[in-house]
Amino acid sequence: MGRTLYQKIYQSHVVGSLNGSTDLLFVDRHLIHEVTSPQAFSGLKLAGRKVRRPDLTFATMDHNTSTQVRSYDAAGETSRKQLEALAANCAENGIELLDLYHPDQGIVHVIGPELGLTQPGMVIVCGDSHTSTHGAFGAIAFGIGTSEVEHVLATQTLPQQMAKTLKVEVTGKLSPFVTPKDVILAIIGKLGTAGGNGYVAEFCGEAIRGMTMEGRMTLCNMSIEMGAKAGLIAPDDTTFAYLKGKPHAPKAEHWDAAVSYWQSLYSDADASFDKVVTIDGSQIKPQISWGTNPEQVIAVNEPVPAPESFTDLIKADAAKRALTYMGLEAGQKLTDIKVDVVFIGSCTNSRIEDLRAAAAVVGSQKVASGVRALVVPGSGQVKRQAEAEGLADVFKNAGFEWREPGCSMCLGMNDDRVDAGQRCASTSNRNFEGRQGRGSRTHLVSPAMAAAAAIAGKFVDVSQISFSEGAQA
Amino acid sequence: MSQIFAKGLVCPLDKNNVDTDQIIPKQFLTSVSRDGFAEALFFDWRYQADGSANPDFVLNEPQYQGAAILLTRANFGCGSSREHAPWAIQQYGFNVIIAESFADIFFNNSVNNGMLLISLSASNIEFLFNRCKQGPQQWQIDLANQEILLGNNAAVGFNIDQDVKQRLLSGLDFIGASETLSPQITQYEAQRRQNTPWLG
Repeated sequence: MGRTLYQKIYQSHVVGSLNGSTDLLFVDRHLIHEVTSPQAFSGLKLAGRKVRRPDLTFATMDHNTSTQVRSYDAAGETSRKQLEALAANCAENGIELLDLYHPDQGIVHVIGPELGLTQPGMVIVCGDSHTSTHGAFGAIAFGIGTSEVEHVLATQTLPQQMAKTLKVEVTGKLSPFVTPKDVILAIIGKLGTAGGNGYVAEFCGEAIRGMTMEGRMTLCNMSIEMGAKAGLIAPDDTTFAYLKGKPHAPKAEHWDAAVSYWQSLYSDADASFDKVVTIDGSQIKPQISWGTNPEQVIAVNEPVPAPESFTDLIKADAAKRALTYMGLEAGQKLTDIKVDVVFIGSCTNSRIEDLRAAAAVVGSQKVASGVRALVVPGSGQVKRQAEAEGLADVFKNAGFEWREPGCSMCLGMNDDRVDAGQRCASTSNRNFEGRQGRGSRTHLVSPAMAAAAAIAGKFVDVSQISFSEGAQA
Repeated sequence: MSQIFAKGLVCPLDKNNVDTDQIIPKQFLTSVSRDGFAEALFFDWRYQADGSANPDFVLNEPQYQGAAILLTRANFGCGSSREHAPWAIQQYGFNVIIAESFADIFFNNSVNNGMLLISLSASNIEFLFNRCKQGPQQWQIDLANQEILLGNNAAVGFNIDQDVKQRLLSGLDFIGASETLSPQITQYEAQRRQNTPWLG
C-alpha cells in the first residue's frame, strides 16, 4: 500500500522509538522568536544543557516589536527586556539572529521561506501556531509550545505520534479576485474550527497547483485555524523555481540531487487518507468572516446568518454570542457595514503579491475619511521590494500608514491595537474576541478586499468594483 | 490499586472553542519568566474594562473559589501555541481539565507541565455539567484506573493515551527520556549529512 506525503516525510525523520506509539523525530529547522523562547533558554540553562544544533536554529524578532520605528526601546520596558533576552540567548549559544536592526528582519513565517531556510521534505518547528505556513513547500511544519522549544534546543528532536491524514482537494479554476485567502476561509467554513483536529491536511487539486508559492503559504498558514496539526502541499516546479538561488537553498553542487529527492515527495496514487474533502474551487466567492472564530465565514454577497439557521445547537449558540460581540444582526449585508480600521499584514498576507493585489485595488484613490488604514510588510525584503515597485507610494498617497515589518495588529502585542467596539477589515488569521485589542471586532478578508474596504469606508464585494480610477486588475 | 492524581472543587466553564487568546491575552506574553500568570487567566472575561471583577463570570462566583478541576466543552485551547495558557491555568490552581476535546498544541503543552487533560464524549460532558447544576462538586481523579470519582460510589471512566499516562504517573523529565536515545540521534545526524548534505 502506498504512503501519503506526510507519512513519507514522517518516517524518514524517525530517529528511534521512545515507547509505545511515540517516535522521536529529527527536526531540520528550528525557528525561534522573542515571545516563546526565553523560558526555554532559562530551562536549558537550569538543567545544565546546551543547544545541540545551533546551526539548524534561526531566530528573529517579530511579535512584540514596534512597527513605527526599529528600536528595542519603542515597544515598552517588558518588551525591550524580552528582545534583549533573545539577543543574549542567541549570542551565548551561537544562533543566527535577524534582530530588529537587520535589513532582512521580519515575521518568522515570511523570512524562513524568503531566505530559503524552508525546503521540501523537512520537519520544521517553531513556537508559533502559524508554523503550518512552511507546509506550502511540502514540509511537515507545526507550532510547538515553550517546553517543546526547550526539548528541540536540547536534542534537535521532538517526541511525536503519527497523525491521521486528511486530503483536501480543491478542483477547478478560481474566479478572478478569488485568492488563496478566500479558498482557505471557505475550507475552514466547511470543515469547522475543530474539523482538522488530530489530522495533517494535504491540499491538492487544480486550484492549488495553480497557486504561486506565496499563495500556497497563505493557504497552509491557516491550516491551524481548522485545528489541523499541519497542512502541506506536494512540491513541484513552482516550488523548485521559488527556491533556486535563495541564500540558504541548496548550493549548485547539491541542487540536482536535492531536486531529485524533492521530486519523490508526493502521496502515492494508492495511498489512503483517513478523511477526504473535495471543494469546487470555481464556486468559491470572496470570503469574509462575520463572527468570532474563523469558521464563521460567508461569501461577501451573502447575508449574515441567523443563529436558528444552524441545526447544530452548539453552532447556533456560538453564532448568537458572536453576533452580540460583533454588533451584527442576522440578515444584514456586510457590504452595508462601515469599517473603522483596515490592517494589511500578518504572516498570512504580508508578502509582495499581497501588497501588489492591495495596491492594484487602491490605485490613485484615497482612504475613506474616518478610516485608519495601515500596511505592515512581512519583512525587510518585502518592504524594499514594495518601495522599489512604487507600491509604498500608492499606499502612502492614498493615506495608508506604511510601517516597519512585524506581526503588529494581527495580535496587538505591540501598540498597534483596535479599540473596543471598532470594526477592522484585517488580512490576518484570527477573529477571536479581543484578538486585536479588548472589544475589537475583526473581519478576516483577503488583501484586495481589505484595500477595497479602506477606500469605500465599508465592506465591498471586490469582484464587483470597476478599475476605472487608475487601478489595474 | 487506586492512585489519586488530583482532587478538589470543580468549576464548570460552559463554553465551546475557548481559544488561548481568551485564556491569556497578549499583553501578558512579554514576560521572560514562567511564573506570575495566575492573575492573567481569562483576563477579559474575569475583569471588566475598569479593572473590577466581573460578577457574571463563573470563576468569580463565590462557590467556585479554590477550584482545582476545570470542566468545559469542545475544542478547548484552540488558536495560538502560547504555553502561557496552561501556565496560567495551572498557576491559578487547576491541574486537571475535563472537556469534550482539546486542540493539539494546547494538549501537548499541558501534558508537558504535568497537567492531566481528560476527553469525554459529549453525553458524558453533558452529564457532568448537569451534576454541577445540583451544587458544588468535589471530585477525585484516579489516573491509574482512569476514573473520575464523583462521590457516593459514582464514577465516570476515561480513555487516555498510555504514553501520556505513564509520563504523568512517573513524572519523567521528557527531555531526559529523549536523551536516552542520544546515540541514535548522533547516528541519524551522520546519515543525514551523507544522504542530504544540503540540509547542513
